[in-house]
Amino acid sequence: MSRTSNLSEAAPIQIQFEVNHPGFSLDVDLTLPGRGVTGLFGPSGSGKTTCLRCMAGLIRPDRGRMRIQNETWLDTARGIALPTHRRALGYVFQEPSLFPHLTVLRNLRFGMQRVAPDMRHVDLDHATHLLGIDHLLGRMPHDLSGGERQRVGIARALLTSPRLLLMDEPLAALDQQRKNEILPYLQRLHAELAIPVIYVSHSTEEMARLVDHLVVLDHGREAASGPIGEMLGRLDLPGLHAIQATSVLTGEVLSHDAAFGLLTVRLHRDRTIGQTIRLVHPVRPAGTSMRMVVQARDVSLSLQAQADDSILNRLPAIVTSLSNADDPNHVMVHLDVEGSVLLARITRYSSERLRVMPGQRLYAQIKGISLLR
Amino acid sequence: MPLSNEDFAAIALTLKLASLSTLLLLIICTPIAWWLTHTRSRMKGVVGAVVALPLVLPPTVIGFYLLVAMGPNGFVGQFTTAMGWGTLPFTFTGLVVGSIVYSLPFVVQPLQNAFEAIGRRPLEAAACLRAGPWDTFRTVVLPLARPGFVTAAILGFAHTVGEFGVVLMIGGNIPDRTRVVSVQIFDHVEAMEYAQAHWLSGGMVVFSFLILLALYSTRRTYARVF
Repeated sequence: MSRTSNLSEAAPIQIQFEVNHPGFSLDVDLTLPGRGVTGLFGPSGSGKTTCLRCMAGLIRPDRGRMRIQNETWLDTARGIALPTHRRALGYVFQEPSLFPHLTVLRNLRFGMQRVAPDMRHVDLDHATHLLGIDHLLGRMPHDLSGGERQRVGIARALLTSPRLLLMDEPLAALDQQRKNEILPYLQRLHAELAIPVIYVSHSTEEMARLVDHLVVLDHGREAASGPIGEMLGRLDLPGLHAIQATSVLTGEVLSHDAAFGLLTVRLHRDRTIGQTIRLVHPVRPAGTSMRMVVQARDVSLSLQAQADDSILNRLPAIVTSLSNADDPNHVMVHLDVEGSVLLARITRYSSERLRVMPGQRLYAQIKGISLLR
Repeated sequence: MPLSNEDFAAIALTLKLASLSTLLLLIICTPIAWWLTHTRSRMKGVVGAVVALPLVLPPTVIGFYLLVAMGPNGFVGQFTTAMGWGTLPFTFTGLVVGSIVYSLPFVVQPLQNAFEAIGRRPLEAAACLRAGPWDTFRTVVLPLARPGFVTAAILGFAHTVGEFGVVLMIGGNIPDRTRVVSVQIFDHVEAMEYAQAHWLSGGMVVFSFLILLALYSTRRTYARVF
């Protein structure tokens, strides 16, 4: 059940789908990581949901292939198309889609019962505890709030011990409060289960908080894909350009200073020793992996390493490129910090005064960081 | 009570005919309604219209064609003769066939409404939870469509009880075999036996009222046919 077990052996998921409908076509050929959360991102009509439904077998592509863990689910050239109910997958729909005539418990057991006992890796108690629904088991779906229903829907999918969990905008139908109620459960899911997840959304917030690998679709084609840290740093991608620029940094907890309540996190990439970041945060065990989000506007640039001010985090950085920000009087500076992408949104005036240019070495001062997990 | 043994025989035959027809109608109409709900075929409109034809045709027209088809020279008649069953007109079996055709839309449409109300999502959810098509039908569709099945059964039963024209065309008026209540009432009126006609007719009114009362008080979404 541990997330770190067998990770190196997780075979990638290979998909190739061609769907031609009047006015819409999907043509993708992707290799997705066999572990962690992969985000399918893009504007509406970009083919995210169609792609997910093809993976589930709910749509039969005109041509295509799909392989997961050495099992072929689809190969139109060889006439193979496993029906949905023979695919070991879990699907979480945008609306929870619980069976209204069954109690929560019987909804949860519906899929579980149909999986051979020796194939069940997720037990009922664990799933209900993970999603905080232990107290709802006797209730009927119509007695639940929207957030509770969606949590039951997620647990129900998990209980089939899927090899692949497909989530189609599971939070889109919920208000912000409900989203905030569910997001921590999704993060726990990510941390505790070794099931690869394909997560469709058009919310950059959800992507930044949950996703490890991002695929951006546009007009039914792959526009870009890569690790989330690199992808959020790119502003040229459809659907991403409009959002508030954010960077994602990953690291692991080094120590905690109880006197000041300061957590020290070492940035790492490929586990090389890197710079540290300090932030006020309750204690976390050393070695815990952390994901931090930095808004581009909370990053300022300085030519000097030392300054006598209140900024805690000042990291050496190399300018990789400059691009237009959301308004003409600001500039977005793309920085390389220990191999991670960091975005700084500074005024055009400052940019010209500091003569910021690609290849330049300077210091990024980070004013605000939020820890995601 | 001024009802004769013949009257009671007619009542018993009517109930038997309606029960058997309803049972067969549910079996026949479920796949038709399912197909009409989920097909993307261009034939959907044609099949839907054919199923609805008995709603608008005079019972005599349906009865006439059934008589021709089931007669010795009709395609149904030739088939049943070849199978050694004889011809169906003026038999109870013939009445059952006639009732099924006559009441088809009254059973198909509530079922189709129920299936459409369920939609595709619960079917997809069940498939994603490892349930095959039959499994899904049994554990998801049947429970969710139960009100539709109840409505369909009530309408099919009541409509068969109220059948007159088709019976007269293909069944005639044979005591214990094809003489149902509606025909018996006709006979009483012809013979000026108004007291017995009153008893049977009044009984039909009360029976029909009770059935519709049950229908309307349990379901708001009864058949689209009204």
